[in-house]
Amino acid sequence: MFDNLTDRFEEIFSRIRGKGRLSEAEVDSVLREIRAALIEADVNVGVVRTFIERVRENTVGEELQRSLSPAQHVIKAVNAELTNALGGENLKITYASRPPTIVLMAGLQGVGKTTAAAKLALWFRHQGRNPLLVGADLQRPAAVEQLRVLGGQAHVPVFSVEGDPVKTAVSGVEEARRIGRDVVIVDTAGRLSIDEELMAEVSRISDSISPNYTFLVVDAMIGQDAVNTAREFNEALTLDGIILTKLDGDARGGAALSVRHVVGKPITFVSTGEKLADFDLFYPDRMANRILGMGDVLTLIEQAERTLDKEVTEKGAKRLKGGKFDLEDFLEQMQQVKKMGPLKGVLSMLPGVPKEIRNADINEKELVKVEAIISSMTRAERANPDIIEGSRRLRIAKGSGTTTAAVGTLLKQFKDMQKMMRSMGMGGPSPTKKSPNRANHKKKKRR
Amino acid sequence: MITVIVVAFVLLIVIVSTFYLVSRRGRSSLTASGSAVLEKTREEGAAETIHKSQEAISELAPPADIRKGLSRARLSFSRLLGTMLGGTSSDQVLWDSLEETLLLSDLGLELTTKVIEGSRKELEMAGTIDGSAMASAIRMQLRNLFVDADRELEYSEEKPTVWLVVGVNGVGKTTSIGKLSAMVAAEGKRVVLAAADTFRAAAADQLEMWAQRTGADIVRSVPGADPSSVVYDSIQKAAARGYDMVIADTAGRLHTKSNLMDELRKLRRTAEREPAHLTEVLLVLDATTGQNGLVQAREFAKAAGITGLILTKLDGSAKGGIALAAEWELGVPIKLVGVGEKANDLILFSPDEFLDALLETADDA
Ligand SMILES: Nc1nc2c(ncn2[C@@H]2O[C@H](COP(=O)(O)OP(=O)(O)OP(=O)(O)O)[C@@H](O)[C@H]2O)c(=O)[nH]1
Ligand SMILES: [Mg+2]
Repeated sequence: MFDNLTDRFEEIFSRIRGKGRLSEAEVDSVLREIRAALIEADVNVGVVRTFIERVRENTVGEELQRSLSPAQHVIKAVNAELTNALGGENLKITYASRPPTIVLMAGLQGVGKTTAAAKLALWFRHQGRNPLLVGADLQRPAAVEQLRVLGGQAHVPVFSVEGDPVKTAVSGVEEARRIGRDVVIVDTAGRLSIDEELMAEVSRISDSISPNYTFLVVDAMIGQDAVNTAREFNEALTLDGIILTKLDGDARGGAALSVRHVVGKPITFVSTGEKLADFDLFYPDRMANRILGMGDVLTLIEQAERTLDKEVTEKGAKRLKGGKFDLEDFLEQMQQVKKMGPLKGVLSMLPGVPKEIRNADINEKELVKVEAIISSMTRAERANPDIIEGSRRLRIAKGSGTTTAAVGTLLKQFKDMQKMMRSMGMGGPSPTKKSPNRANHKKKKRR
Repeated sequence: MITVIVVAFVLLIVIVSTFYLVSRRGRSSLTASGSAVLEKTREEGAAETIHKSQEAISELAPPADIRKGLSRARLSFSRLLGTMLGGTSSDQVLWDSLEETLLLSDLGLELTTKVIEGSRKELEMAGTIDGSAMASAIRMQLRNLFVDADRELEYSEEKPTVWLVVGVNGVGKTTSIGKLSAMVAAEGKRVVLAAADTFRAAAADQLEMWAQRTGADIVRSVPGADPSSVVYDSIQKAAARGYDMVIADTAGRLHTKSNLMDELRKLRRTAEREPAHLTEVLLVLDATTGQNGLVQAREFAKAAGITGLILTKLDGSAKGGIALAAEWELGVPIKLVGVGEKANDLILFSPDEFLDALLETADDA
């Protein structure tokens, strides 16, 4: 695995930390690291150059000299610049006043267009629409067959006729009108941006159906060539947005930046897994972290391996599995996980964390409160929170400098979480493993 | 506030410890089985005399030329070489544009730096500063990145030979198998294609069309069936009918999915069990792939012990430098290059021809 940017910065920053100001040479060395990280993340070399120049302008100025921690300032500037470069105004999908709304999918071979088309169809269905999928990839063997299977899984009808892709697309739109579907998604064959004949064909398709939205489907693993591809497709089709696929892998996805840069259109959707529902709107901040190597699971694992005490973590996991995870364990694990860095940062690396939590403004000071509350409990109370009644609650509140309401909230939440863990199959002994012995043991402890 | 924190922490603890344990378990067994696989490959290579029919293949080599795949890459290099020949090695601008050209080919920062520093050192030692010496130093440095390995496709002495084709989603596995099938069929070999991608919708239909086009037999199963059993059945069929070989298609899988990589390990074990003779595990890399290709190569090598690389889609504008980076790091040679979607768009790879085509200047071409 490539070093992540955080590690690289660590080294530079250990040199410059505490300094009141950064010399030009020091700024240069930081920027060199950022350049390297961006190139390793597959951001196009030309785009990197522009980007670095912009960061340099923002960091060498007055503000940097005044800031207490110049290093932090540089990171912040980079992250902000990146989020900015990836974001901007988002594409708001609106629907044609005279249905159907027509969507055209285009891209290179093997990027995942067909799957993305089906996922998009499902997404529209979840928006309360009635899409029709049109298979106009008549080139790759069995592509239409694939679309039919996926359409079946998404409960979306699929239309295709053999012969000419342009005619197929046109009759697909007519069909949608005829059977009253309000969105049509046209899947096209993969084509190389330098294949003039096929590029002309796809613009003929576009001309004859006049799509409301044209999406370029881009594989997150694509390298330096992303800019050429994006530019050519944009010239042939005038893109409205980008769909980035295969983000469930560990590619940094620097192409997102390159493509955004040359096309000037937002990344609209990301595809994050093999299931049809693994499809979501795009979040620029998450992508910025990922490109910089500050937001992926592998980093997290490495970080966990580096910072977590193996024995403590294993013990915690065992107790989780055995359904014996109590507040004592919670405290211990919390102290472990805290070593990995700010809660929000760690959370941002985890896939599948609910949006509410990811976006919640987490105040690290509150953590101290939680810790204080649990620390003010006796061992028995931690093992069996049910015994915490009025007077105990008051004592704990006083001991931790909080309120009884706060103690109550914590207890209730923990209980709910225990329930959730159990339903996730983490918190309770699985039926097959359940031995009478274990059950007894558990009961004994409760008493 | 507290609500969020408790929920967040419990989630964190659950997820982190799961990841942690999975990754630890995954890693140790990974390295163990990975080295076992490599060990085994080495032993077998020594024990069995492996018969090669390279001559036959090159005789029937498809008409496609490596130049077809390199038109774009050649353009950027020849422009660079053009200016280089008129310049001197003391010109920093030349080195900078060399760096940019190499990076734009997806060669990666490490190798790009290596090539540039190597060339600089060589020129310093020789004391030359003229542009043509610079160009040949660079060529030499690039040549040195290729491993000194056998690039011929290997067949076993006894039937059936088995080739396994692996890679991430959409890189061109199935198409490459179609092309390989055409290649070996042209040699008079009788082939059965194993449709062991039982996951992707219509994958078997796609392979079946290639089987029909190239006159190969096919073994397929129902969607969701165990891929190993498809490979097993293909081997049985090949043995029973006296076919020369089995080429197995596998489902595209991201190297980060440990369950799917485990499945691949199992697939490999099936493919090397008697009466089969597994001689090639070919990893397909897409020329458009960036630096992640290196991670892919590493992980697939660990799980399945790859013997060669197929670089596809070189007919596009991407330069495919990542394949060279993978070859250099893993010591696994690029054996084939895909330059189109037709049955004969597959080329046997040769580093010298590649460099000739890449580095010939505008007037040579
Ligand atoms: N231009 C070009 N296209 C190629 C080449 N090789 C494969 N393709 C195309 O790339 C697309 C994907 O190829 P497949 O063979 O289906 O890829 P795969 O790896 O089997 O895909 P999955 O099984 O879905 O993982 C198809 O449209 C192929 O025609 C090549 O060398 N050049
Ligand atoms: Mg396939």
